[in-house]
Amino acid sequence: MRWTRLLAVARKEVIQIRRDRRSLGIVLIMPVILMLLFGYGVSLDLKHLPVYVYDQEGSQQSQDLLNHFQASEYFHVIKAVDNYPELVRAIDSGKAAMAVVIPYDFSLQLTRGGAVNVQAIIDATDDNTANVLIGYTQAIISGYSEDVQLDWLQRHGGQQLQAPFSVDSRTWYNENLESRAFIVPGVLALVMSVIGAFLTSLTIAREWERGSMEQLISTPVTPLEILLGKLIPYFVIGLLDVGVCAAIAVWWFQVPFRGSVLTLLVSSALFMVVVLCMGYFISVVAKNQLAASQLALVATFLPAFLLSGFLFSIEQMPAAVRVITYIVPARYYVAALKKLFLKGTPTAMLYAELVPLVIFSFVLALLATRAFHKRLA
Amino acid sequence: MLARLKQMLIKEFLQVFRDKRTRFVLLGPPLIQMLIFGYAATFEIHYVPTAILDLDHSSESRGLVSRFQSSPYFTLLPPLTTHREIREVIDRGDAIVAIQIHPGFAQLLRSGQTAPLQVIVDGTNSNTALIAARYVNQIAQRFGREYQRDYMESLNPSWAAVIPSVQLEERPWFNEDLRSRWFFVPGVIGSLTLVIVVTLTAFAVVREREIGTLEQIMVTPIRPLEFILGKTIPFFVIGLMDVTLIGTLGTLWFGVPFRGSLLVLLLGTVLYLICMLGVGLFISTISATQQQAMISAFFFVMPAITFSGFGFPISTMPQWLQYITYLSPLRYFLVVLRSVYLKGVGMEFLWPQMLAMAALGFFLLAISILRFHKAVD
Repeated sequence: MRWTRLLAVARKEVIQIRRDRRSLGIVLIMPVILMLLFGYGVSLDLKHLPVYVYDQEGSQQSQDLLNHFQASEYFHVIKAVDNYPELVRAIDSGKAAMAVVIPYDFSLQLTRGGAVNVQAIIDATDDNTANVLIGYTQAIISGYSEDVQLDWLQRHGGQQLQAPFSVDSRTWYNENLESRAFIVPGVLALVMSVIGAFLTSLTIAREWERGSMEQLISTPVTPLEILLGKLIPYFVIGLLDVGVCAAIAVWWFQVPFRGSVLTLLVSSALFMVVVLCMGYFISVVAKNQLAASQLALVATFLPAFLLSGFLFSIEQMPAAVRVITYIVPARYYVAALKKLFLKGTPTAMLYAELVPLVIFSFVLALLATRAFHKRLA
Repeated sequence: MLARLKQMLIKEFLQVFRDKRTRFVLLGPPLIQMLIFGYAATFEIHYVPTAILDLDHSSESRGLVSRFQSSPYFTLLPPLTTHREIREVIDRGDAIVAIQIHPGFAQLLRSGQTAPLQVIVDGTNSNTALIAARYVNQIAQRFGREYQRDYMESLNPSWAAVIPSVQLEERPWFNEDLRSRWFFVPGVIGSLTLVIVVTLTAFAVVREREIGTLEQIMVTPIRPLEFILGKTIPFFVIGLMDVTLIGTLGTLWFGVPFRGSLLVLLLGTVLYLICMLGVGLFISTISATQQQAMISAFFFVMPAITFSGFGFPISTMPQWLQYITYLSPLRYFLVVLRSVYLKGVGMEFLWPQMLAMAALGFFLLAISILRFHKAVD
């Protein structure tokens, strides 16, 4: 390996990158955009859900219960209807996420005693929203029920009763339970997967497709020098993007960073090596850029998005899928990121994340150079 | 015109289907992605590792613990004995929830006072934390309600039958068991088609340009419109194939019901594909290299999916972002998909979505054809 030859290849790649102003621009603002995208666009904090009400009775008590819904910040009572078909239409068309129906004998049943049912029809297309709706509605109804009971007890000479429980809930690491703090650190893995895999998977495939690879091979440059020369510029871009992402996360979105910056750098560099080698391997295997890009998508971006624990928690996946996640390098990087940002886990306790990354980077670097040798032979 | 178009189509189909690798790339990844998505994309929580520290050791506290034991959602770790252990199990990530029952818990309950229950939740994954906290609350509330009822009965047994209460009777429509998969699978059809068709079409023109065959085609008598049709029709066909393939897989493999009309779905798919082809072509005409096209395509794909309501309800986004979501064709197609699959409603509710896609599609196609004319001249 000669430094001059390696640098020559790297310089050639840098010139090629620099000439393509738009790609370079996108690569540099991509982290910013992805960061904003996930920082603002991804949240499960539901509020002001559209609700229709159908009060069949229209009594003091039924209106009283409906006022509880109106007062809650989780519901937005859009309309009161007076027939079922309109209610069904609202749910069918998606205008209402939920419809509350109060029976015609609501107050009568309350005075008579015993349990009264209040019906809530919920558009459960989105199961998560439906769950949240049921939870909040349940809370309102139980609250109302308790009021009714206390009232009744007082009138019947019972003693003052108190709620038996108060649940004092405390959240650690992400005190306000913001989706943002949970999502944003993982975006780093996504950005690097995109940059590492897409860009590099196309660079080698491009040389083959254009026929310039033969020219490159006829020079005294060795495969290892090509590998390093091609990857180093992207490595630098990738690390730059990590810096940008981390800066946005901490200063714009106010996500805490509690770990060590050096460890963040080391784990990012390791993950970068992994994705770059993966992209390189793909580009050697795939003959053209079209195939390379599609393979890169399936092999790097999707696992980073779906199987890394970035959005969907790994523990909740079926066992078979959970096994697959162990061979997804992004899994370890995302875990390291979350620990570094939110938990502030000391570096010594991160070996479970760092060791696999080291192994992955070695294996993939080996695979990439091997594959290239084979292609040449 | 038809004869020339036919020749162009023959060339395109040959080019796409000739290469074994490309053939695989067209059908393999969508299937793999569908399978992974179907299993991995879920916000359902089935498994909450929980540690309990019971400092009261009363029959009441044991009763509460047994509630958690019998709940299908909670997996109890061996009981803790000291307060310090809570910190340890949460820090290590062994438990997501820790519940502490203070000494004197039963005494407070028996005297009719409010007994505090301390719950600590690991907020690293805000979504899991939210749901887990909700489950804890539900169990605690039910325990409390029943305890209170027993308590009142013990004061005056005749009250049990006459004390009024209000109960929620929830009716989740369309997805009765609140399955996450039913929500995600129709969405996956839309987002996978988006990724595949846009990235493939983005390569269409730029590939010929990069290899240098665009000039050769331009000197033939073929007209720009014929060229564009020839370029897009194959991807249109591939898009339809992919929708059929993953749609069938969704119903047959994942058991998602199909309650609407195939015809409505077909119309929606055609309009949606026109949008995708328009975007892809536009990217292709403004790109100089395939690498540039890929990056630009990605630059469209990510926001288009994130802002469509695919995983995260649009109503949770900031208002300014909600306006941007109107630009994502997937936003409309998702409504069509979920309505046709789960709700079984038809054009009477879906015409605004269809209209929006038609308008977007023809606008996008028109500007990319105009761009192409300019690029050729």
